[in-house]
Amino acid sequence: MLRLEPRREPSKAMQVLTPVFAVALTIIAGLVLFTILGKDPFRAIWLIFFEPLTQTYALAELTVKGTPLILIGAGLAMGFRAGVWNIGAEGQFVAGALAGGSVALALHETAGLWIMPLMCLAGMLGGMAWAAVPAFLRTRFNANEILTSLMLVYVAILLLSALVHGPLRDPEGLNFPESRLFSESMTLPILIEGTRAHVGFILALLAIAVAWLFMERHLLGFQIKVQGQAPLAARFAGYSEKRIVWLCLLTSGALAGLAGTIEAAGPVGQLVPALPIGYGFTAIIVAFLGRLHPFGILLGGLLMALTYIGGEAAQIAMSLPSATTRVFQGMLLFFLLAMDVLVGSRIRWAPRQAAG
Amino acid sequence: MELVVNILLGIVIAATPLVFAAIGELVVEKSGVLNLGVEGMMIVGAIAGFSVTIQTGNYLAGVVAALVAGALMALLFGVLTQTLLANQVATGLALTMFGLGLAALWGQDYSGKAAGNFPKLDIPVLSDLPLVGKLLFGQDYLVYLSILLVVGVSWFFRKTRGGLIIRAIGENHDAAHAIGYPVVFYRYLTLLFGGACAGLGGAYLSVVQTPFWAEGMTAGRGWIALALVVFAAWRPGRALLGAYLFGGITILQLHSQGFGVKVEAQYLSMLPYLATIAVLVIISSDRLKVKLNAPACLTQPFRAAT
Amino acid sequence: MPEPLLELDGIARAFPGVLANDDISFSVGKGEIHALLGENGAGKSTLVKIIYGVLRPDAGAMTLRGKPFAPHRPSEARAEGIGMIFQHFSLFEALTVAENIALGMAPELAKGDLRGRIVEVSTRYGLRLDPDLMVGDLSVGQRQRVEIVRCLLQDPQLIIMDEPTSVLTPQEVEVLFETLRRLAGEGCSILYISHKLEEIRALCDHATILRGGKVVATCTPAEETARSLAEMMLGESLSPPATDRRTPGEVRLRLDGLSMASETQFGTDLEDIALEVRSGEIVGIAGVAGNGQTLLMSALIGEVRAARPDAIRLDGRPIGRLPPHGRRKAGICFVPEERLGHAAVPDMSLTENVILSARMRKNLSRNSFLNLQRAARYAGDVVARFGVKTAGVDHAARSLSGGNLQKFVVGREIMQEPSVLVASQPTWGVDAGAAAFIQEALIQLAKDGTAVLVISQDLDELFAISDRIAVIANGRLSAADPVDTLTIEQIGLRMGGQARGRANAPGAAEPAHA
Repeated sequence: MLRLEPRREPSKAMQVLTPVFAVALTIIAGLVLFTILGKDPFRAIWLIFFEPLTQTYALAELTVKGTPLILIGAGLAMGFRAGVWNIGAEGQFVAGALAGGSVALALHETAGLWIMPLMCLAGMLGGMAWAAVPAFLRTRFNANEILTSLMLVYVAILLLSALVHGPLRDPEGLNFPESRLFSESMTLPILIEGTRAHVGFILALLAIAVAWLFMERHLLGFQIKVQGQAPLAARFAGYSEKRIVWLCLLTSGALAGLAGTIEAAGPVGQLVPALPIGYGFTAIIVAFLGRLHPFGILLGGLLMALTYIGGEAAQIAMSLPSATTRVFQGMLLFFLLAMDVLVGSRIRWAPRQAAG
Repeated sequence: MELVVNILLGIVIAATPLVFAAIGELVVEKSGVLNLGVEGMMIVGAIAGFSVTIQTGNYLAGVVAALVAGALMALLFGVLTQTLLANQVATGLALTMFGLGLAALWGQDYSGKAAGNFPKLDIPVLSDLPLVGKLLFGQDYLVYLSILLVVGVSWFFRKTRGGLIIRAIGENHDAAHAIGYPVVFYRYLTLLFGGACAGLGGAYLSVVQTPFWAEGMTAGRGWIALALVVFAAWRPGRALLGAYLFGGITILQLHSQGFGVKVEAQYLSMLPYLATIAVLVIISSDRLKVKLNAPACLTQPFRAAT
Repeated sequence: MPEPLLELDGIARAFPGVLANDDISFSVGKGEIHALLGENGAGKSTLVKIIYGVLRPDAGAMTLRGKPFAPHRPSEARAEGIGMIFQHFSLFEALTVAENIALGMAPELAKGDLRGRIVEVSTRYGLRLDPDLMVGDLSVGQRQRVEIVRCLLQDPQLIIMDEPTSVLTPQEVEVLFETLRRLAGEGCSILYISHKLEEIRALCDHATILRGGKVVATCTPAEETARSLAEMMLGESLSPPATDRRTPGEVRLRLDGLSMASETQFGTDLEDIALEVRSGEIVGIAGVAGNGQTLLMSALIGEVRAARPDAIRLDGRPIGRLPPHGRRKAGICFVPEERLGHAAVPDMSLTENVILSARMRKNLSRNSFLNLQRAARYAGDVVARFGVKTAGVDHAARSLSGGNLQKFVVGREIMQEPSVLVASQPTWGVDAGAAAFIQEALIQLAKDGTAVLVISQDLDELFAISDRIAVIANGRLSAADPVDTLTIEQIGLRMGGQARGRANAPGAAEPAHA
């Protein structure tokens, strides 16, 4: 029978290979799934994973969907490395969009290059404020941040809905629950003419570079890793757990808030109740897909963006159910976690034994 | 008085899915495993129960389908965390995301259909008593089952050897392994039980409470159930109490507009989530007490020492 | 030779990279106390787990009472009358004594008036126990009683004891030996695993000596000297650590009125600890595990801050409220007991692991950015000077053997040239070679003028390297007296909680038999 045998130290090769294995297994499982659904499995996989890579427009869309995923994923990964489980990025995304959007709406008659940075700043502060709640509750009251940050997602989405039904509703609109459209100074400049690719992607790339420097070379990044891997060793070194919790939650909140503002000021261009479409949750998968490493997250974010775009294309072309993409994403995370065992263990064929 | 009875009836119906989900998770956590996928197991249970009920017209078949579906989801979690030693927190999140997607895929043809009325207890005379009759003797069968389950689990942990073994495994899995208990096997058992309970809780929502299917209809109840386990300090009786408290908040929110509270509906809908946070804060702030009650091995991976 | 109860024939068991047991054969007679002697890593624990059904052998066979015996799980071994007292107790702190005992018995045996039987057996053997107490509230010695009573309730014919005395005071050891002799007299066999030579000479009828997974000798311990036993066990001639005393200089570390409440449910509080450690001397703190050593270490490291800054002084400077890195900067370094997970991050490289505690004193960062080249160089220096066997400093701490990792951790601290070094259990669970090396390094460090404080449960070690020894019992620390004025018995009494001559109030000594 097969036995798992612990390795003396984690395999570096496997750390790189397991995400690749996971994607391959997801594609195989996808073939099975589509066969069950009675669709042409190979065509569906082609449409989801490969077709978008052949079109300029779809490639541009990749950066549009990838931007929030990369930004949020980079922030979440930091926390996950420290054992700080912020799973409420969706709520911080909404809070950021609300903060950044409110600035835009308050200034709707002004114009200027300074407005966009101000919106981004407001968005980051909004996300930070939303993430500060679980940080405070964990450090002060020992309340589990998984549950509190998640509960705040529901609160944020309801708040967004309440505000666009009320104070933020477009006074010139037809009573639809949506805000004014943002003016030109309040929307992100387009990178490639004729597409929706905007400068937010540059910010995402920048965030990845800074995150790498921070995690791999800075003392705080080191502290985060020690805290996550061996909390007692962090205590021994004198790293403050509370400080790390605050740092991780505020940073991931800021990045999620920035992503929210970018989404509102980029592809959407206004505040609507349907603004949050799950980027905050998908980014959790992105973080794991990227093995919590900034460069990995860049690739992971683009891959998940691909499943969104390809998934949509496949839905239209083959009338696939819209939930297919989410099932795919869930499966991918499962396979990733399952494959992870190969990093710390090797699989051996061994005669049946009572290894206990 | 009629209104009070109606409110109480509403509370029971709102609380019962939470009772199922929380009592299942409580058993899982007692064995030292944290399965954050309750929401995912619930929603899959909800669609499994609903679709089978619609297809067969048989409520019992629907209930069984929900139990099996929840348990299968938990089995997936077990394979990953117990056999492949994956991180429990991440796997639980994955289970929830996968469950929500799977249920949406499965349920796309069921939106808008209704399941009809779930059979209720009907004892001549008693059920017709004024006021208390409907409340005590006229509920659907699953309500009684949920209460029996709580009593049963409580008895199991206090009085039986199996309960003692599971408590021991949650407390110190290395010691349990050393004296010869198959830790992983027992954890699979509790996970399957927890999954079945969560599935049943989900089915209660779709088959009894609403009774129709809507995507994402669990709306965070799985997460609230997780918070309830902390609130209950891992004691079954307190989990029941907590679930009814939350049922109360839900009903309060539904009825408050009837009472003339002038607030946007969205703000009222935030209540259960805010209440969950409040409850967590109050319970968790006593660190020593949480440590005292929480199973010591919670979330720790178990790898048999050689 | 009495008739054999258990016979082993050619038992072998391999783990990845090691042959833990290689062709082991011996037999244990009825009513015999049989020693299994060997140093850490000799294969004792693996062998015991095979006999108890936790592991199965790759080759070889056992017979029990002349019949083939191959237990697949502990319950089968128990059903055949084999009981086991683990080195690390297999107990559950949050459960009661009675529940713990029930868990370790076959379900049929656990039925009925278990509590009554617990009281009965425990009084019969002089091991008094209250079945309703939480195990977490018991002392280590009492916990061992729980294990023994659990074993006795099953009418065992063979009891396996794995290093049973490492957690006991010398007086408690005497009580245990009496119980064991009585059991042997009643016909019960005992397989006694230890590396403590004097104990084996005092207690055991026969000894089988393991080294490197093989049986290297058998003997009658009473006819051997401790030295000859040790040479059989280690396979080489021993040179004890140099014991020339050093002349202490000025006070470096001073604890005064250090009190602290335990952070954990079953922990011990520290009460009014006072101690001085001088430049050039090694002060040992003896004590049975669980008497406040963990908290004392945390308090010294600064993981938990003292209430008053002047409760801990370093070269006269109050450091009681400083965080760990502040204390290191001031000149005090630490070797905690647990190598993996506390002193070192298992999955991080040796280079990263030196940053953990040597960043301040070795300038391994600038403007909060890490200087990885410098860290790698320092890690390399530690590896070279302390003879750490590793494939390279970029390998994970986890990949090192226990002894090598301990040498690395001790070296990492010593090479920072601290004015005070505090080490907890510096040689715990490492092979004899590494232990001797580490003890030598500590002595050299003291010679060079560092004040060294060693917290250890190993009295032999403390007597070998310390100038003065204090005893911690129940969170209180006795005065530190010069080694040559102390006997093992005196230390034992203090370990039992009869602290005498509190250091902060030398005139107001409590009488030992108050």
